[in-house]
Amino acid sequence: MKRDYTLDIRHLTRVEGHANISISVKDGKLVDARWAVVETPRFFEVMVKGMSAERVPFLTSRICGICSISHALASIRALERAMKIAPPYAAEKIRLLAMHGETLQSHALHLFFLVAPDFAGTASILPVINSNPDVIKAGLQLKELGNEISTITTGRCTHPVSLVVGGVSKAPEKKQLLKLLEMIRERKPAIETTCCFFRTFAIPDFKRETEFVSLFNGSSYPSIGGRLVSTDGVNRDENEYLSMTNEYTRDYSTSKYTSLSRASSVAGALARFNNNYQLLHPKAKEAAADFGLEPVCHNPFMNNIAQLIECVHILEDAEELINTLLGMELGEIKTPFSPKAGSATGAVEAPRGILYHHLETNSEGKIVHADCIIPTTQNNASIHDDLRLLAEQALKEGKNDREIEKLCEMVVRSYDPCISCSVH
Amino acid sequence: MKHLGYTFEKLKIASFDFTCCEGCQLQLANRESTLTDFLELLDIRNFRELSSEQHDDYDIALIEGSISRQDEIERLQAIRRQAKTLVAFGTCACFGGVNSMKKKFPLKESIAEVYPGMPVQTMLVKKICEVVKVDFSIPGCPVNKEEVERIMVCLATGSHVTLPKHPVCVECKAQLNTCMFELGEICLGPITRAGCNAVCTTGKTSCLGCRGPSEEINMPAFVKLVKDRELSLDELQEKIAFYNAFDGFNSHET
Repeated sequence: MKRDYTLDIRHLTRVEGHANISISVKDGKLVDARWAVVETPRFFEVMVKGMSAERVPFLTSRICGICSISHALASIRALERAMKIAPPYAAEKIRLLAMHGETLQSHALHLFFLVAPDFAGTASILPVINSNPDVIKAGLQLKELGNEISTITTGRCTHPVSLVVGGVSKAPEKKQLLKLLEMIRERKPAIETTCCFFRTFAIPDFKRETEFVSLFNGSSYPSIGGRLVSTDGVNRDENEYLSMTNEYTRDYSTSKYTSLSRASSVAGALARFNNNYQLLHPKAKEAAADFGLEPVCHNPFMNNIAQLIECVHILEDAEELINTLLGMELGEIKTPFSPKAGSATGAVEAPRGILYHHLETNSEGKIVHADCIIPTTQNNASIHDDLRLLAEQALKEGKNDREIEKLCEMVVRSYDPCISCSVH
Repeated sequence: MKHLGYTFEKLKIASFDFTCCEGCQLQLANRESTLTDFLELLDIRNFRELSSEQHDDYDIALIEGSISRQDEIERLQAIRRQAKTLVAFGTCACFGGVNSMKKKFPLKESIAEVYPGMPVQTMLVKKICEVVKVDFSIPGCPVNKEEVERIMVCLATGSHVTLPKHPVCVECKAQLNTCMFELGEICLGPITRAGCNAVCTTGKTSCLGCRGPSEEINMPAFVKLVKDRELSLDELQEKIAFYNAFDGFNSHET
């Protein structure tokens, strides 16, 4: 049946930030499918100019309310590399643990508050609290654990306090680390409950071959720094971030676009999974097998499952990190430094994917140039291309308007877009 | 909702975000151990980040973020027409927040640097009270969820909403922290409103004043303190300007 159809979603719900989806179909043929970010720009790259290096992480963490630890650490890594500062070993371990805390809370927030309602057929998580109280309890336990890890390692769960250039300003106390260990052990059943819950979901069967970009270090699942790699065989030094992103603008979007070997590429949990599968904890690999998730997976909806697999990995790896910290003296946590002129890139794996901060300092340690490239920016082109193919296929399969609308919303949410972050 | 024999009406609430990082709204979903009780207190009518169900019959509107584009002014005015109580929620809403630092450079230059060749609308940042009437403010970058819970209980029970009048210093001393000034740092704790439980100084970093001035601050005495300790006045300016929260106080050397 030839039909005309227009979908115009203004300010998509259950995502972070403001963006619109529009689809138009004429005589049964797709005319346009568009992902348009309309968030107000904040100009962080300008605001940071002239600021003292030591203050920078406190400003750049404010780029995002969900992944503030990643932003602070991307800036810190860029500045430490630019000014040749080596943070103490203990500080590096504390930072890795902080990243785990942030990723766990971010994934739990996304999976339970933003994604689960789509599969449960509700408008929000609120009705699910009554229909599946045990599942929601598990979700809140995981989210709380993530926040507690962040609080104990950085002083606060949003906008970290003690992540500073040179190391950390305060180390967690032994009794706090023991408390975390206890919480992790207590909450491992929560992750099993979550996996069981997500296995009941019918993940849409959709595939669009693309290129997945992430960090890679060869010895551990990626977090802070490393080589820049892709599933198309790209492997570059951290400072070569510009050639990995090739940023450009589209006039209808305040969030920019990027490209690498193809017109679009993907960052995020599925990209990390696809490039670093071998480095996951065996329990995480087992959980992946239960979902039939293997590298290289090209179904964007499986990013949700990749996030869940990462939660399994995080609980195991955080336990190991805490044991390492408990076995060492946490006296030396900050390397003193004098300001220097220099420039470098700091790349970290934020919950939503690879994040680059490139900073240049003058001899007083003040910022003269800054560039931040956000994971969601690197996913915009792919979201756009997915919407197009998904709408085309759904039309062919004779899906009704409401079904197409829901699928389009769901595919966007699968990317866990951090829209205000991408319009920094 | 019944509590201790009293019946309370749930608060018909909505949450909206403007130019910001959405970190304050995120706090509403934090403190998971009390979250289900907290949600019991609220009838969420409009909260785009959390729910696809959106209604326009709210009484209380939480406004997160500052204002930096014309369409935001119009959206905010429409919310003001509906809300009986409009709350400036977080430091960006109360003072402009870190976004205010944009004023260091001409707007045209900033646009050309970040969006070369693309026309992008932006204006100097306004705090919420510069656009519409604000009924009360909850400062913090981000807001302290414990304080938000306390205030929501006040609203549900019809009690008077108050913020601490004393400075962060008082809370910091109660935590037995070594004073940041003793560690050779400039700290805005002596002039900043308490209510954060001195979270930054407890993590051994200086207060940057996100909660704005405490009652009756003595700025000249504070500047003198920095000078007497031979600390950098440039650094003082950088810290005072961080959240734009001391706008109107002369913190320059006199």
